[in-house]
Amino acid sequence: MIAVELFKLVRRLRTWISIGLICALPLIVAIFIAVTHLAPPPGQGSAFLSAVLDEGQLYPAAALALVLPVFLPVAVAVVAGDSIAGEASAGTLRYLLARPVGRTKLLVAKLVAVITFAVLAVVAVTVTSYATGVLILGPSRAAAVGTTPGGLAPGSIAPGAGGAPTAGLQPGAAITSLSGTPLTTLQLIERVLGAMSFITVSMLGVAAIALFLSTLTDSAIGAALGSLAALVVSEILVTLNAASAVQPYLPTRYWLAWIDFFRDPILWRDIQRGFAIQAVYVVVFLAAAWANFATRDVTA
Amino acid sequence: MITTQNLTKRFGHVEAVRDVSLDVREGDRYGLLGPNGSGKSTLVRMLLGLVYATSGSISVLGEPVPRHVGRVLPEIGAVIEEPAAYPHLSGRANLRLLDAAGPHGARRTRRRRVDDALEQVGLAGIDRRPVRAYSLGMRQRLGLAAALVRRPRLLILDEPTNGLDPRGIRDIRDLLIGLNSDGVTVFLSSHLLPEVSALCTRIGVLDSGKLVLQDRLASLQEPTGRILISTDDPERAVATLDGLVEHRDGADLVVRADDPAELNARLVAAGVPVRSLALQRRSLEEIVLEVTGAGSDQFGVPA
Repeated sequence: MIAVELFKLVRRLRTWISIGLICALPLIVAIFIAVTHLAPPPGQGSAFLSAVLDEGQLYPAAALALVLPVFLPVAVAVVAGDSIAGEASAGTLRYLLARPVGRTKLLVAKLVAVITFAVLAVVAVTVTSYATGVLILGPSRAAAVGTTPGGLAPGSIAPGAGGAPTAGLQPGAAITSLSGTPLTTLQLIERVLGAMSFITVSMLGVAAIALFLSTLTDSAIGAALGSLAALVVSEILVTLNAASAVQPYLPTRYWLAWIDFFRDPILWRDIQRGFAIQAVYVVVFLAAAWANFATRDVTA
Repeated sequence: MITTQNLTKRFGHVEAVRDVSLDVREGDRYGLLGPNGSGKSTLVRMLLGLVYATSGSISVLGEPVPRHVGRVLPEIGAVIEEPAAYPHLSGRANLRLLDAAGPHGARRTRRRRVDDALEQVGLAGIDRRPVRAYSLGMRQRLGLAAALVRRPRLLILDEPTNGLDPRGIRDIRDLLIGLNSDGVTVFLSSHLLPEVSALCTRIGVLDSGKLVLQDRLASLQEPTGRILISTDDPERAVATLDGLVEHRDGADLVVRADDPAELNARLVAAGVPVRSLALQRRSLEEIVLEVTGAGSDQFGVPA
């Protein structure tokens, strides 16, 4: 059944259009930066973006930071929200269940397909933005950048930045961590992979919420919007001092912790908490989805 | 094959199915009749484990449903209300996908079974066009093909001829009769009386969720003890038959008698020219209208 769901995922045009759109955003940003040589100053704007004019190889990190807050969760919510509700409104759900596909099995297969989609999207963003960074940003243009207002002076860093962090080039052209120490290429690859898996896992909370809502309604768009509303609430509360009591339990609380992969040594505390909170959301909402779906009348 | 005992389903305050005790036997072509909204679809969904009963019990192929529904469903082919398919895939891809989804769909035989099913429903020539481009009739045929891919022992079909043209309706009827003679039990629901009348051996009638009639069609349609005569000389016929004529409408007479041959001989002997002579049987429509209450005016109205 998992193979069937994966087949349905890859044969669906929507999958590739949404991944294409997610990849297009960093490309557009890169084109603007390359044309104007105006990157955000260090400590402002999206993470890593201030450094990409100096080091195009860092662009995957900047690109992930760009798609993480909106594009990626929206796409994941749409796919996950559609998973049961979409089959129900298309009428195919009753035929799957009458085949028979066990309801639990179907739910698990849907979750696997959603995770696969998130992995595909994150990998696609990383690969395309690496190519973008190397081709149209990067060191070849660093000389021109030095005199550009708002550009990043080579070697400047923001160690352990509290706000949006930056990374930069040390004289001698090795890529440095946010803490200022140089990173070897192998280390950089490891850390990018770490950030990719953390971001993928960060999407699981949204996915589980959307999947749960998807079992409640026959409207795919309702389920997707419902889970996005939950995310927006969470993103607002995370910045609200008055909500500090609940902040550790919000699904988006540790979303930015992937940046800690680029510190030296890696700051594991928030990363671990991020993994843990996503695991909790997945367990709770998957259990709720299962409890609801397994006992519900399928009348659509 | 299918038995239910005092099956009831409530949605909130609405009793969609009330105290239904269905009895579908092996080899039947069973027609479940009822106007739209009489509970047919809810009943069908309960048989397939999609909707859970409020009370009562169901047994399909000897297994309790929904408890062991996973055991019986592989032997059942079903069309549940409208057919449904993934619109961006071809008909063939849809059948393969659905077959791969559940258990018991041996991969080795899949291509053959899919091709056979398409051939059976008259879609052997379909190409790679996506289902999106199919006509309603083609979708209906594809839905039936999906039900046949597993070579089921029992077919449960909810309105299987919806959207088909007269030729399509006859094709499907012939197909179902053929499958039935090969040992497949057919259970179908419909609101189209002529359809059921032409196809089914047993019928059940649902009215507002209650099963108000369940019997063999042949016994329901036994001769009524009346013979219908049409003659050019009704005066003489009435005189000859002396008191046996119950009703006269121009040249048409309703006569109380059991043996048409004997009656014919009598009329001919008396010099009455008989144009036609037939045993009176109740039509399915009359049978159904007799047992259903208000609201049965929806019968025969296409959805």
